[in-house]
Amino acid sequence: MKIGFYPGCSLEGSSREYAESLRAIAPALGIELEELNEWSCCGASSAHALNHTLATALPARILAQAEHQHLEELLVPCAACYSRLISAKDALAKDTVLRKEVAASFTLPYTGATAVRNILDVLTQALTPAVTSKLPNTFSHKVACYYGCLLVRPPSITHESRYEDPTAMDDLMKKIGATPLAWGMKTECCGAALSITRTDMVGELCGRILEDAVARGAEAIIVACPMCHSNLDMRRAAIEEKTGKEFSIPILYITQAIGIALGVDPEQLGLQRHFVHVAVRGKAKG
Amino acid sequence: MSRIGVFICHCGENISSTVDCEQVSKACATIPGVAHSVDYKYMCSDPGQSLIREAIKEKNLTGVVVAACSPRMHEPTFRRVCAESGLNPFLCEMANLREQCSWVHPKEARTTEKAIDIVSMLVEKVKRNKPLYPINVPVTKTALVIGGGIAGIQAALDIANARQKVILVERDPSIGGHMSQLSETFPTLDCSQCILTPRMVEAAQHPNITLYTYSEVESLAGFIGNFTARIRKKARSVDEKLCTGCGECATACPIKKIPSEFNTGLGMRSAIYVPFPQAVPNKPVIDRTKCTYFLKGKCKFCESKCPANAIRFDQQDEFIDVQVGSVVVATGFNIKETSFFPEYGYGVYKDVITGLQFERILSASGPTLGEVKRPSDGTTPKKIVFIACAGSRDPAKGIEYCSKICCMYTAKHAMLYKHKVHDADAYVFYMDIRAAGKGYDEFVRRAIEEDHVQYIRGRVSRVYERNGKLIVKGADTLLGAQPVEIEADMVVLATASVANEGAEALAQALHVSYDGHRFFSEAHPKLRPVETNTAGIFLAGACQAPKDIPESVGQASAAASKVIGLFSSDELTREPVIAVVNRTAPPVYSTCVGCFLCFTACPYGAIGPEEIKGRDGAVLKTVANVNPGLCQGCGTCVAFCRSRSIDLQGFTHDQMYAEVMELFA
Amino acid sequence: MSTLQHHNSTNTLASFVLDRTSVSVSRCYQCGKCSAGCPAATEMDLTPSVILRHLQREVPASDAAVLSSYTIWLCLSCQTCVARCPMEVDLPAVMDALRSESVRQKKVHPQAKDILAFHRSFLNTIERFGRLWEIGLIAEYKMRTWHLLQDVLVAPAMFLRGKLALLPERVKGRKDTRRIFDVTRSKEGHHS
Repeated sequence: MKIGFYPGCSLEGSSREYAESLRAIAPALGIELEELNEWSCCGASSAHALNHTLATALPARILAQAEHQHLEELLVPCAACYSRLISAKDALAKDTVLRKEVAASFTLPYTGATAVRNILDVLTQALTPAVTSKLPNTFSHKVACYYGCLLVRPPSITHESRYEDPTAMDDLMKKIGATPLAWGMKTECCGAALSITRTDMVGELCGRILEDAVARGAEAIIVACPMCHSNLDMRRAAIEEKTGKEFSIPILYITQAIGIALGVDPEQLGLQRHFVHVAVRGKAKG
Repeated sequence: MSRIGVFICHCGENISSTVDCEQVSKACATIPGVAHSVDYKYMCSDPGQSLIREAIKEKNLTGVVVAACSPRMHEPTFRRVCAESGLNPFLCEMANLREQCSWVHPKEARTTEKAIDIVSMLVEKVKRNKPLYPINVPVTKTALVIGGGIAGIQAALDIANARQKVILVERDPSIGGHMSQLSETFPTLDCSQCILTPRMVEAAQHPNITLYTYSEVESLAGFIGNFTARIRKKARSVDEKLCTGCGECATACPIKKIPSEFNTGLGMRSAIYVPFPQAVPNKPVIDRTKCTYFLKGKCKFCESKCPANAIRFDQQDEFIDVQVGSVVVATGFNIKETSFFPEYGYGVYKDVITGLQFERILSASGPTLGEVKRPSDGTTPKKIVFIACAGSRDPAKGIEYCSKICCMYTAKHAMLYKHKVHDADAYVFYMDIRAAGKGYDEFVRRAIEEDHVQYIRGRVSRVYERNGKLIVKGADTLLGAQPVEIEADMVVLATASVANEGAEALAQALHVSYDGHRFFSEAHPKLRPVETNTAGIFLAGACQAPKDIPESVGQASAAASKVIGLFSSDELTREPVIAVVNRTAPPVYSTCVGCFLCFTACPYGAIGPEEIKGRDGAVLKTVANVNPGLCQGCGTCVAFCRSRSIDLQGFTHDQMYAEVMELFA
Repeated sequence: MSTLQHHNSTNTLASFVLDRTSVSVSRCYQCGKCSAGCPAATEMDLTPSVILRHLQREVPASDAAVLSSYTIWLCLSCQTCVARCPMEVDLPAVMDALRSESVRQKKVHPQAKDILAFHRSFLNTIERFGRLWEIGLIAEYKMRTWHLLQDVLVAPAMFLRGKLALLPERVKGRKDTRRIFDVTRSKEGHHS
């Protein structure tokens, strides 16, 4: 499949390995990524925290750009960008006054024609039996799939029917041979954008997540959000301070886990960029 | 020659404040055909009614128009006056000067002119009124009670004790309903089955009650006093006449791991089973969807063990047609299952259960013989969290109403738990406490003050499982909505009461209205709570809306009284405002050509074919015929008829035309 | 004690919220489910349902308490509250509106100055370059807050892992982005 691709600021910088692993697995999955030209920031948390019009206009411009580039669909791997784009789309469809104000702030026309798709949805579509039958490795580990907040909430906009216990990531992990565990923190917030300003809260919230996953026997936590990855992987010092415990459980992006099953070189998946050492590997089939 | 009497009412000030009643009266006196025209302050009062009485006698009136309020208010009043004075009541009409004139217009000349117009229209109509006589319909003095729970049982007993016949139909293998599943009832903590089973036995043994269990009402046709119901008696696979209820079959049955419906899935039953030991009738049923014989053609252990030779694998469903005069719907309710709650685990956690499941645990005849045990590992829970309003008062989940009984049964559950496990902790998360019945608030206070149940005001955001415990995340809104986390051994959800399964299909089969939540609709929420808009069909119990046992019993007796009242005469009288197909002299017999467009129009199924035969019996013509028992006088058929062969008594073409043309005169 | 008067409830914070977000605060029946599930509730001065209760009162003292609360800045926009609210009150939207109004009325809680500084620093890099420049964000944040030593070890660690670009990426379309900021600035006056 050919699909538009909006990396978002994190995938260029602090979560570079997410983009790397996605690009590394795309060919084997039959995904051709067409990056959005001249894409700009979606505004993340800061825009909607201060200015509703700005917070809608920035994503609108991205979507207008996608339309201009004739992209029918836009893959948005970052859960926060995804949330901003679908929220903006929803607001623009419902609020005509806002739509006029937003349209006045940039030149490209916006019709809402481009569909916004999240990483789990696209990977589910791409990981067909034809692909999984050819996987050289199985990711034979017990994993805790961590969805965080914005992939599933608010259900009125994400249309996620099973928002308290989603299964899309679990199903993907099963397909590559993993054992996804039932655990208690699937959709509990990691502390999000307070990573810098209230690192202690991130330590507390992420501490609970790690504790639950480890207690259930997880060997790795699988994520699909750069913010969640960053908080769970990079903020171990804060987590240790709050919990009094040291955790060694690695945090992998879903794309990295699939990459391991595909036999992709770990460096191509960016595993060396993590703060927490990633020892888990796939097991050769056959 | 018409001699119409016109009576203009002031209605105190309601009419006279904007309409000049004296002027109206004077104007009407000049209408040709009006023999008497007066105005008076309160026509419905005794002196007012006397005015009519005297005028009818003195002036030999042939018709009466009372210009006052809406006929919905006082038409029966004035018609009665006329009847008592020797004038056919259908020669009396009301002109609505209040709702349709004085109340909606300011005081000015035009208002009075309109009033005069209204009265003169009615005068023209009444000139053409014909005397009509009430229609008598015979009454079958048998009642059909659908549903054998406490409401159905009560209604059946009340009707039967009034020496009327009752057919009681219950779709489960035994009567008793949800009340038979309860351990103890609030506010007295009476043992539920102890007070129920005597009634169950009485209902089964009553000479005037015919009990059909494991049966359903398939269809209902007819009208009040004259219904025909078709009952499907599902095949039990057991000959009830031979079966002694010894229970050998259930003991012999090798399929023993079927979740028991009576025990709400917490215990098991066999493929051939009696739902509970006190079942009435105490005769088993084979669950053909699980029985090895019906699935694979093998086994038949029950048959070989049965000392009475009562097993009948070849038994078929039986259809029984009955004639009944009225119906009482008492089909009860259901409750939401735990899988309905995403934030409480989607039903995955074994120790998160519903209130009804907790009843079975508390019950001495339940799966744990009355000991409070966790479904997951059988240990005694030391800490139970009870969550009220689980699903109720929750527009986001589609249930915006309050389920009424949960505050009380939650208090009861917490109390009974504390009575059984003395060192236990019981927490109740609530929003409000609705304990409005007699002795109810005192009951809840007892739970709090004597049994030390911890009540926390706040809703629970999430329940999840960790290390075999259930983590409950709630809030205490009376303390600044601080989050409160409890590690519980068990969580009991007071889930919402909802309409029973099949309620919608039954309502449609009976032609009874129901609301968006599939509860059956009462005729009027305040003044007619046990009647439906379908004449002859009454409601009792939780099928109408969530309610507790005393209310259900009260409604059951109320519905029974309606039935008994209906049966108190051999005939029913109906208003004669019905459609009639005309008859003329031979050889035409009727201008009706038998196109039956009226049949397609009639919403009540009141029109059927009638053969007109000659002296030799040969059919000359098939015309339409209106069943005077079913016709509701809506007039749709009259509008459809292309040959003007059908007309509405009391609202004929001539009358309507005269009224309208008077307006342009 | 405040004397409640409701005959002219059009200039209240509740009516502002209704206007801005279409949320009618009277829908909230104070069940507390939002506060119960909020991950940040234990750090807040007024928990989410209490914020709504203050809005419902429609008195100046409560309105001021809401705008100057730490709560609205701690809100993580995790959407847990609205996902579980039985009355489907869009609390995250309310929080957004309260934040911008709090800035406009200059009532930001003193403890929240850091968080506001973070948001402003973030938005400033986007306005200038079209995309986030992490180092620029951190630098401006430290200048605004004087937390000079914060994350001092993390930044080099990130750089060594290739996660921190030294220079900003200047997006070709950054003129468009700048224009968006200019046009929308007056809408809610967030920048200063």
